[in-house]
Amino acid sequence: MNFDDTPQEAEFRAKARAWIAANAPKQYEAELKKASLGRLKLDGANVLDVAKAWQKKKAEAGWAVPHWPKDYGGRGVSPIERVIWQQEEGVFGKLGALFIIGQGMCGPTMMAYATEEQKRHYLPPLASGENIWCQLFSEPAGGSDVAGLRTRAERDGDDWIINGQKIWTSGAHYSDYGILITRSDPTVPKHKGLTMFFLDMRSKGVEIKPIKQANGNSDFNEVYFTDVRIPDSQRLGAVNDGWNVSLTTLMNERMSIGANVATGFPELFEFCNNLMLEDGPAIDDRAVRSKLASWAVRASGLKYTSFRAISALSRGERPGPENSIGKLVAGSMIQDVATYALDLQGAAGMLTGAEDAEVAGRFQAMLLRSPATRVEGGTDEILRNIIAERVLGLPGDIRVDKDVPFNKIPTKGRA
Amino acid sequence: MNFDFSDDQKQLRDQARRFLAEKCPPKAVRAVLEGNADYDRELWKGLAEMGFLGVAIPEEFGGAGAGHLELCVIAEEIGRALAPVPFASTVYLAAEALMLAGSEAQKRKWLPAISSGEAIGTLALFEGTGNPSPQAIKLVASNGTLTGVKKPVPDGAIADFAIVAARTGSSGRETDISLFLVDLKAGGVEAKALQNVDPSRQQAELTFKNCKAEPLGPANEGWSILSRVLDRAAVLIAFEQVGGSDRALEMGRDYALDRIAFGRPIGSFQAVKHLLADMYVSATLARSNCYYGAWALSTNASELPEAAAAARISATQAFQHCSKNNIQVHGGMGFTWEFDCHLYYRRSNALALSLGSLSYWEDTLIDRMRKKNAA
Repeated sequence: MNFDDTPQEAEFRAKARAWIAANAPKQYEAELKKASLGRLKLDGANVLDVAKAWQKKKAEAGWAVPHWPKDYGGRGVSPIERVIWQQEEGVFGKLGALFIIGQGMCGPTMMAYATEEQKRHYLPPLASGENIWCQLFSEPAGGSDVAGLRTRAERDGDDWIINGQKIWTSGAHYSDYGILITRSDPTVPKHKGLTMFFLDMRSKGVEIKPIKQANGNSDFNEVYFTDVRIPDSQRLGAVNDGWNVSLTTLMNERMSIGANVATGFPELFEFCNNLMLEDGPAIDDRAVRSKLASWAVRASGLKYTSFRAISALSRGERPGPENSIGKLVAGSMIQDVATYALDLQGAAGMLTGAEDAEVAGRFQAMLLRSPATRVEGGTDEILRNIIAERVLGLPGDIRVDKDVPFNKIPTKGRA
Repeated sequence: MNFDFSDDQKQLRDQARRFLAEKCPPKAVRAVLEGNADYDRELWKGLAEMGFLGVAIPEEFGGAGAGHLELCVIAEEIGRALAPVPFASTVYLAAEALMLAGSEAQKRKWLPAISSGEAIGTLALFEGTGNPSPQAIKLVASNGTLTGVKKPVPDGAIADFAIVAARTGSSGRETDISLFLVDLKAGGVEAKALQNVDPSRQQAELTFKNCKAEPLGPANEGWSILSRVLDRAAVLIAFEQVGGSDRALEMGRDYALDRIAFGRPIGSFQAVKHLLADMYVSATLARSNCYYGAWALSTNASELPEAAAAARISATQAFQHCSKNNIQVHGGMGFTWEFDCHLYYRRSNALALSLGSLSYWEDTLIDRMRKKNAA
């Protein structure tokens, strides 16, 4: 048991570190360090521009998406070297948030199902951040039950005609391309009539409407499709095999380990270390300490769980299912942490103005953003089902709609 | 990075699991729990023969000289099987204290006897209600004799020797405390077994009356030695807790798969699945914190105090969580004497207090994190 790099890993780390030291946009380092859930602001600069510039710079030196094959804009590094790169990139990795969906989910799906020519055409600009991709899966009628989606794809010669609506599409408003799952046959059971495509987000008939979220920001969108034409050559996987294609996409989430899941703990610890209560520093208070300790061990538990997965990668194994706990633990934790940080501030905890609120309103922003962390990318409940079924081997839910033709499934609860 | 046990260590774990599955079924735990024996002598002998008692004791003192990572994997299995033997008191507390602070002669006398299963040792620290602190130690040492009362002392009534924390000063500082080694069979100590929440491991009251004692380690350094012993034992007991958590989770999972209600296995109901998924989460977080503790323990890293406290807290929470929800999954049957759920419930709650309570370790962790932060 050790934390040491192998000689090859150490060499790779040194190379990555040196390049980052010489090239990272250090003028934003302090602000990036202060960024937390619900707030990424760079004074006097547009986050999208800074992020694209950093991604481009990395691409020019071969550091964009290092684990991808060289031909597709990567560097061909091993899974463990990918983790080392993430560790070394540190806070600058926060700038990669805009590219996560494209590079983490759309890219691997393209790699598995697109033609060689398409891969060489579309993947390098996705790697370099020149093009941003989004994932068009969720719908008003299909969130956790994503296979309940209703966006129709109908064949018309060499094209498909798409009509319907997607929702909760992160970054659709600044995306160039998207992967889209549709219903191609409503007369068969729901998992068996789906087909996957990729498309240009500027195609005629695509309309993007930002969602004003509960926290007042707009990171997600509704995307409407009205007679949008997609050539059959942009189909990914076989007709009606879209469910299996989507599983490839979702499986890639499992591999994106090593990245830090935000728990809010380091921020809370620092806050309690500096906050003065009536009878002394908050961190000297017994009750505060008890709360902090419980969260400390959850945060460290997640960190060392990812270390265990990294070790498996280093040995050339696939990480085990234990990594699936990350978002489940961190999602509700960050909400609790934010709630507690406000509690410590008393009535003034209500205030959100940067001048009035403690730590410029960091915890207030976190509180207002945090409900989404327990929903996005798999709700807490879906994640618990996954752990129960795939890790513990408990029976799947009874699915009353599993064998029913999709167009016979009821669409309303109380009539 | 290789943040995992080696193949050899995993083999040792499998070997220990097989051995304990055979020699320590729930029936053996119940024999002690129900008062038919004060500990399982056959099992104790077997553990000695397997080389498990002295796995971390150097060869020159009769041990296997393997190391603490090996001891961690064995501890996990001891915890999983709820072994009703004085393993924690003898191996994690007494042997660790001897290895840290014992004189050559003390080590020569006691460590080989521990390895061979001939001597049971313990640490006499607590004096009634309260958590570890120098102020709480009232038992007095003067002129090489001890006077005072210790309770609870793990396995105190069956132990052959005890490491005793005693007051040798009154300055109000940590340096008031010194450690002593007492041969409990030499007279001067009265031992009384006490009832406790987990009778499968004994607790006792030891009354010292002008009892002869030899110093263990330098005078006035007792508290700092003790802190180190507690940190080391915290990691090792955390592995017992992780082993127990895993077993309680498995029991709940198995019952949920077999038990039919409303025409389906209860494990197909989300309410039950989510209960079990949350148990898995606690057990996984605890295991990961424990691995870090194992690394720190085995390398004597400067991170050990913080790592030990984190492992202790996380594993305490996990075992309590898994053992209580194992009963919940079992429903009414989980509350019968006949089902084994309560054995885990009892053990989890005893271990949670054994080195000082959860709130004590929470306080300790934040204290240590704060000091590191300030440094």
